[in-house]
Amino acid sequence: MSDIAKSQVMHAKDIKQLSAHQKVAKILAKIAVYTFLGIMALIVLFPFYWMLISSVKSLDEYILAVPTFFPQEFHFENYIEAFTTANLGTLFLNTVYVGVVSTALSLVITVLSAFAFARLEFKGKNALFAALLATMMIPGELFTITNYITVSKLGWLNTYEVLIIPFLVSVFYIYLLKQNFMQIPNELYLAAKVDGTSDIKYLWKVMIPLALPTLISITILKMMGSWNSYMWPNLVADDAAHHLVTNGLRGAFVVEEGGMVNFPVQMAAVAIVSFPLFMVFLFLRKYIMKGVSRSGIKG
Amino acid sequence: MVNTKHPWKAWLYLSPAIVLLLIFTLWPIINTVVMAFQEGYSIQQASRGKEFEFGLDNFAYVIEYRGFLTCLKNTILLCVLTVPISTMLALLIAVCLNSIKPLQKLLQTIFFLPYVTNSIAIGMVFAAMFNVVGTVSAKEPIIQTWGIINNVITFFGGEPVNWINAGSEYWANIFVLTVYIVWNALPFKILVLLGGLQSVNKQYYDAAKIDSTPKWRVFTKITVPLLSPMIAYVVITGFIGGFKEYSSIVGIFGEKMGPPGALGKPLNTMVGYIYDSISRQQGRASAAALILFGIIFVVTMINLYVSKKKTHY
Repeated sequence: MSDIAKSQVMHAKDIKQLSAHQKVAKILAKIAVYTFLGIMALIVLFPFYWMLISSVKSLDEYILAVPTFFPQEFHFENYIEAFTTANLGTLFLNTVYVGVVSTALSLVITVLSAFAFARLEFKGKNALFAALLATMMIPGELFTITNYITVSKLGWLNTYEVLIIPFLVSVFYIYLLKQNFMQIPNELYLAAKVDGTSDIKYLWKVMIPLALPTLISITILKMMGSWNSYMWPNLVADDAAHHLVTNGLRGAFVVEEGGMVNFPVQMAAVAIVSFPLFMVFLFLRKYIMKGVSRSGIKG
Repeated sequence: MVNTKHPWKAWLYLSPAIVLLLIFTLWPIINTVVMAFQEGYSIQQASRGKEFEFGLDNFAYVIEYRGFLTCLKNTILLCVLTVPISTMLALLIAVCLNSIKPLQKLLQTIFFLPYVTNSIAIGMVFAAMFNVVGTVSAKEPIIQTWGIINNVITFFGGEPVNWINAGSEYWANIFVLTVYIVWNALPFKILVLLGGLQSVNKQYYDAAKIDSTPKWRVFTKITVPLLSPMIAYVVITGFIGGFKEYSSIVGIFGEKMGPPGALGKPLNTMVGYIYDSISRQQGRASAAALILFGIIFVVTMINLYVSKKKTHY
């Protein structure tokens, strides 16, 4: 064997070794990545797990010095007690009523406005749209003070109106839907005009079906918003008859000095309130994630 | 377009939105500014015919008021702690998620879960996890359970901490809030950053592979610069959300905004202060709201300025 050939063989060997080395490094990196993600996933999931197992424990088991990671016996009656303690039935009805009515009205307003901005020509359109977008920069708390005065003057405190009307218009939703409407070719609208179709019929038959995914995103976000709203209802509707879920839940379980409430029942109540959200998430994940990634706001 | 002949139609369609915006958005902007500059304005006194002088008294009062300074300190502290931690953690998770194939979808779903929760409700779960059942602060404490977090700490050989109960320390409270807010903030940030990573042009990485660039260099020299618009976006929205922090604290500590038995509201935030003064001291509430707006505006501008300098595009 000549020297050249020898060195070539050596070189090939080097490369092989190197790649074996790299392979090990790659596998180790993969293990590290999966371990990290696994630990983080456990941390993210743990509160849910703890909520669920605590909700079926007896109080005696819950306050054991050494905690059990799986309930010794299942006390599903905690859920019934939670339902009555926090008066969840009324709270659910109130929240669903407010959520459905405000979502429906909000959708109508959003669709009409988005249609006007996307399809119609009128003086000052761009200026108006820019002004609307500018209001999105202002924190909502700035509006709340005057809105509180306005609704008290209107005599709306402790009514359903106060929970529904002030937040019907969302500039963000109008913006979202307008962008979507603009993607629908204008020719369709012109054709409909030639056929003498009315705007409303065109909206109903063409625009709404084509923009359905965005409308579903808006619906879910708005419903979630009602479900999670806390501050405004707490301020303007603090009578029990108009309590929404979140307000009632927080008010029903207040920890006293000894750090003691009936925790399993409290956790059961939290689980009941969280359940509808998880259901929505499970079935409509795609729409939620799409809407959320563009909004940056919770609910 | 066609409908130039009927501009009234456009205004008709817009009318419900415009009427509501005039009442609940435009009027509040004007009125809030006016109230903020009327010294000691309160709607109860105004309805009895009292006149208010124009001036900066509300601002002066709010800035000198100790309760407000506590709120300001808490708000800024929580912002400064939670935004960097959650952004870096989210970036790390997003990069890791982007580098794997099996289980990616499942893990992505798990990491998004905290988003679809009620922040008050899950706050109560966190409170339960940190809560000590018994009397910690008494001379001879009687402890029934230290709570799961303390159990884990003692399992690893640490000392249990009084996190949120009567007599707990400020730093322990802030720690619990930071953990909860970060946990809550991760899903949105991961979603945005992962979306950004998936749309990055693969060619950059192929080039780096040919040059056998080390991983961390790929991360700092390619991933972070290409992702910088998304990072700027989550940092800005993070700061805006952080300055409006309120319901996470109610979730863990309740309306008293502090551990049981504490004086005042030691963990109150700026939004909390505004809500507290809404029903009686509208002038001061308005001044506080304008200060909050000012802070958010300035921080956002600084963020935009910095990210323009640092952003790759």
